[in-house]
Amino acid sequence: MFDVISNEVLAPNLHQLVVRAPRIASSRQPGQFVMVRAEAGEERIPLTIGDADAAAGTITLFVQAIGASTRRIVAVPAGGRLRDVAGPLGLPTHIRNWGRVACVGGGVGTAVLFPLAKALAGAGNEVTTIIGGRSARYIILADELGALSRELLVTTEDGSLGVQGFVTHPLADLVADPARRPGAVFAVGPVPMMRAVAELTRPHGIETVVSLNPIMIDGTGMCGGCRVLVGGEAKFACVDGPEFDGHLVDFDNLADRLATYREAEAGHVCRVSGKEAA
Amino acid sequence: MSTVMTTKERLAIDRIHMAELDADSRSRNFDEVNRGLTPEEAVREAQRCIRCTNRQCVAGCPVGVSIPEFITALADGNLREAARILTRDNALPAVCGRVCPQETQCEAKCVRGIKGEPVAIGYLERFVADWATTNAAELGDEPLPPSTGRRVAVVGCGPAGLTAAGELARKGHGVTIFEALHDTGGVLRYGIPEFRLPKTIIDAEVARLLALGVTVECNVIIGKTLTLAQLREEFDAVFIANGAGLPVMLSIPGENLKGVYSANEYLTRVNLMGAGRDPDSTTPIIAGKRVAVIGGGNTAMDCVRTARRLGAERAMIIYRRSEEQMPARVEEIKHAKEEGVEFVMLTAPIAIGGDKDGWVATLRCLRMELGAPDSSGRRSPVPVEGSAYDIAVDVVVNAVGTRANPLLTATAPELELNRWGNIATDDNGATSVAGVYAGGDIVRGGATVILAMGDGKQAAVAIHDWLNRR
Repeated sequence: MFDVISNEVLAPNLHQLVVRAPRIASSRQPGQFVMVRAEAGEERIPLTIGDADAAAGTITLFVQAIGASTRRIVAVPAGGRLRDVAGPLGLPTHIRNWGRVACVGGGVGTAVLFPLAKALAGAGNEVTTIIGGRSARYIILADELGALSRELLVTTEDGSLGVQGFVTHPLADLVADPARRPGAVFAVGPVPMMRAVAELTRPHGIETVVSLNPIMIDGTGMCGGCRVLVGGEAKFACVDGPEFDGHLVDFDNLADRLATYREAEAGHVCRVSGKEAA
Repeated sequence: MSTVMTTKERLAIDRIHMAELDADSRSRNFDEVNRGLTPEEAVREAQRCIRCTNRQCVAGCPVGVSIPEFITALADGNLREAARILTRDNALPAVCGRVCPQETQCEAKCVRGIKGEPVAIGYLERFVADWATTNAAELGDEPLPPSTGRRVAVVGCGPAGLTAAGELARKGHGVTIFEALHDTGGVLRYGIPEFRLPKTIIDAEVARLLALGVTVECNVIIGKTLTLAQLREEFDAVFIANGAGLPVMLSIPGENLKGVYSANEYLTRVNLMGAGRDPDSTTPIIAGKRVAVIGGGNTAMDCVRTARRLGAERAMIIYRRSEEQMPARVEEIKHAKEEGVEFVMLTAPIAIGGDKDGWVATLRCLRMELGAPDSSGRRSPVPVEGSAYDIAVDVVVNAVGTRANPLLTATAPELELNRWGNIATDDNGATSVAGVYAGGDIVRGGATVILAMGDGKQAAVAIHDWLNRR
């Protein structure tokens, strides 16, 4: 059992949980994740470790409630417990000093981006951060990311905060300007966004790292449910990733495999609420 | 009464047939197929043992169960004594009585098998183990040995780890098992289906170990949560038994289509997570109306029989050799056939075809024929020219095998590996690192439950010796 120390709502359906997990807090590195179940009978859900405090023995998880299991996780209040938290899993981010780097986050991906941006800034990189969301309500961690970035650019689809449009617009400007062009780009967000970022940097030959979010079951490499095609080869995102070279990832296949259980998930919502899933 | 039976009288008794659920009804549910013996049947079968002096059955058992002794106690109607002997020698008797391939081990050595049918040792083991579970109160707690003050870490809660833990605890050592998943049992929990091994059996066997003072910590991944080096600092010895849970890919086109599973994923979803089996489970599974399972081992049989229970109209085994060459147990093949599984033999898949939405639609296969014997004497299958054809499917399960998972070894460079990535050990299970032992599939590659248990038992003896020498 893992104690939930705090549970705050950051944006609609997006919660920040601080969880007591001393072993994970001391062994985790940026880029790694945990598998979580709120209670018995639930699915195992992969969640990135957003931050950790080894001294306090806590890890921070950002959870977007989008299905039955994630709703169950965010419903655990401070003082409550999560039944299972296993990790840290996956390979840590390869951190080095590129000089200038751009960190690009979309929606809840911004939370996954946060530990990477923190580590990259810590390694002496000059970080430009671009985060985007549907509207101002969905923009998270702007202050935290702003504090460790040389420049923070915000985009919203409806223009309610920052520049109206997608994260790729300011990134295109950045890449086009030789004085600001990053040596590497880290992109985390929905599949179409990561694909768009990879396509944007490809002609410039800028190293582009994406963090993939395929369906996972065990998270330890024993089933291959999370396999993704990278450079034509099957890789297990839970042990070989979750970060890969964005120029080599088959995003079509990833998007397709992510849709495997769409009907089952809709069916489940149906039984619980008695309503059709949105 | 049995003590006065003559050998001739014993030889006159025919081997018992265990009752099974009717194939038609059982192929649509997850209830245990083999129903066990009644007390009368068990005593009668036990009387078939002629108490021969050479005791070859014991030599055939990888964990060395005192077979004639427990069977004699059972034949005499002394179930307490039978249970005491059995649970002393075997940490998981209710599991072994169900999943061991007795026909190639203890029963293969039984002298009664020379001229007829061997004593049903597996059935008797199962009967006594189940009796011990049901009558745990009557048996009372096993007296614990005095504590040695030594602590041993066991990595992995599968058959090898559970066996080693039981043996070490009985010698007075403090044992902690670290398990990566959220539940105990390893392959017994996530791999072997409920219809062969009810999960309550694993719970009961684990409870027996907990009563011996063994601690189990789930959700701890050695190599990630803690390293081997950290375990060595905290414990006096380590036994690594984390299995061979890494699926071998088919490496044919179309493997990433929706509806293609590794056996591990398919079985884990159903067995560990309850998908399609437990109405309270939130883990989904694509059940499939036409399911092709590729492979010929016990794992393939488990997958294909699971597919039937999830509602498949056609559940097919696709195997590139012939049925006689299948590594699966004869009983599993028989059960699968009774349950309506189709056996498509001498057939090798070469590609998986998909529909426009990325779902599996066809399995393209080549017919094979058996060629000349190779260096090992086995006739290798060779493709028949121009024989390619498609089988319509909506789920494909790959059950061709597993390899060592490098999760632990990747962060333990001090451990010597062999060329397959398995941990190298000596005959006692000692690795290249002093005080670190290993056994089961992480040493052997994908093998059997009972061989893993034999390794666990042997390593426990070696660890005990090693601790005593220090």
